[in-house]
Amino acid sequence: MARITAGVATSHVPAIGAALDFGKSGSDYWQPLFDGYDWSKEWIKKEKPDVVVLIYNDHASAFSLAVLPTFAIGCAESYAIADEGFGPRPVPVVLGHADLACHITESLILDEFDMTIINEMTVDHGLTVPLSLMFGQPEAWPVKVVPIAVNVVEYPQPTGNRCFELGKALRKAIRSYDEDLNVQVWGTGGMSHQLQGPRAGLINSEFDHEFLDQLVQDPDTLKKVPHIEYLREAGSEGIEMIMWLIMRGALGKKVKELYRFYHVPASNTAVGHLILKPTK
Amino acid sequence: MNDHEELDDIPGTTVFTTERSRQGFQLNQFCMSLMKEENRERFRLDERAYLDEWPMTEAQKQAVLARDYNAAIAQGGNIYFLAKIFATDGQSFQQAAASMTGMSSDEYAQMMLSGGRSPEGQRSIKEGR
Ligand SMILES: [Fe+2]
Repeated sequence: MARITAGVATSHVPAIGAALDFGKSGSDYWQPLFDGYDWSKEWIKKEKPDVVVLIYNDHASAFSLAVLPTFAIGCAESYAIADEGFGPRPVPVVLGHADLACHITESLILDEFDMTIINEMTVDHGLTVPLSLMFGQPEAWPVKVVPIAVNVVEYPQPTGNRCFELGKALRKAIRSYDEDLNVQVWGTGGMSHQLQGPRAGLINSEFDHEFLDQLVQDPDTLKKVPHIEYLREAGSEGIEMIMWLIMRGALGKKVKELYRFYHVPASNTAVGHLILKPTK
Repeated sequence: MNDHEELDDIPGTTVFTTERSRQGFQLNQFCMSLMKEENRERFRLDERAYLDEWPMTEAQKQAVLARDYNAAIAQGGNIYFLAKIFATDGQSFQQAAASMTGMSSDEYAQMMLSGGRSPEGQRSIKEGR
């Protein structure tokens, strides 16, 4: 059977991708950020996951306002890289695991999570920057990816509770796939940031640290935090953090924290990163 | 309609609701069109003519032409869509964000390096906290 061996959370700031793509990762500005992922890169080399179920949000790349799914899952064989206005990132095409994705889709929908099914889409920085942070700049990505896209662009986003419950259903779905696969679940986006209006540049480290602690130890309390709290405290785009709750829900009751990194700033954003191991 | 009193109480922030999504639909769809190089080229060549192909309001068009992102947001624009305009301009997300705050790019960059904008006094207009 497929096993969920770890959870990874990371911010997915587009400027991080640009820094890598344009050879600036060693600059005074970016070096401390990339140093924070050295341990993770070594760790994942040893872990060798077969598949990453990657929770992220599309940033007006694959989904326009014509159709905006709340939860969507990719069942394609591969995903091309989106052109976000400056040409596609020069990174490898993302290969899907269509069989596992179809299995997860069926399981989730029968479990009453009404997923939108995607058989063709491009993927943007929300999905590719986490891959870059964890794997660097390989010729081909060393994992297959099952993308799960969450609407965090338009209010109302799904609630924290719904995200956490989706994670639980995802756990059941992955673990009932009858092939021995090493599967990781990643939650991406966040941490505190606001990209718009006179309040742009908001960072709330205190909120972020509390979020990280609660995500590890007490997700049942964290899942009840309402939208308005994220919007006020963590900025209008900080609400992306709800996606981390899906990852956490997939890991089961107890987890061990293997690694944590927090850094301000990356462009307009606070960067957070966790590696968690399910223990029960 | 739902009551959005709480959402409207956050200083300097416009929450992108379903209503605003409807208001800004054409503006945001125009932004998406800039994900193709051929369209970016046509836009650069004659911005006004390109905008006139879209059933946008005059206020939306003026906001785009002036690169006034606060005005664009007031007209239903969403920042992830508007990002396609400043990507077309070769401007970074940080420069675009700075332009909405009334700070210079340098001042804004310095604020971010010093830990960002504090949430103190930035949480609620009504409660002044
Ligand atoms: Fe994002």
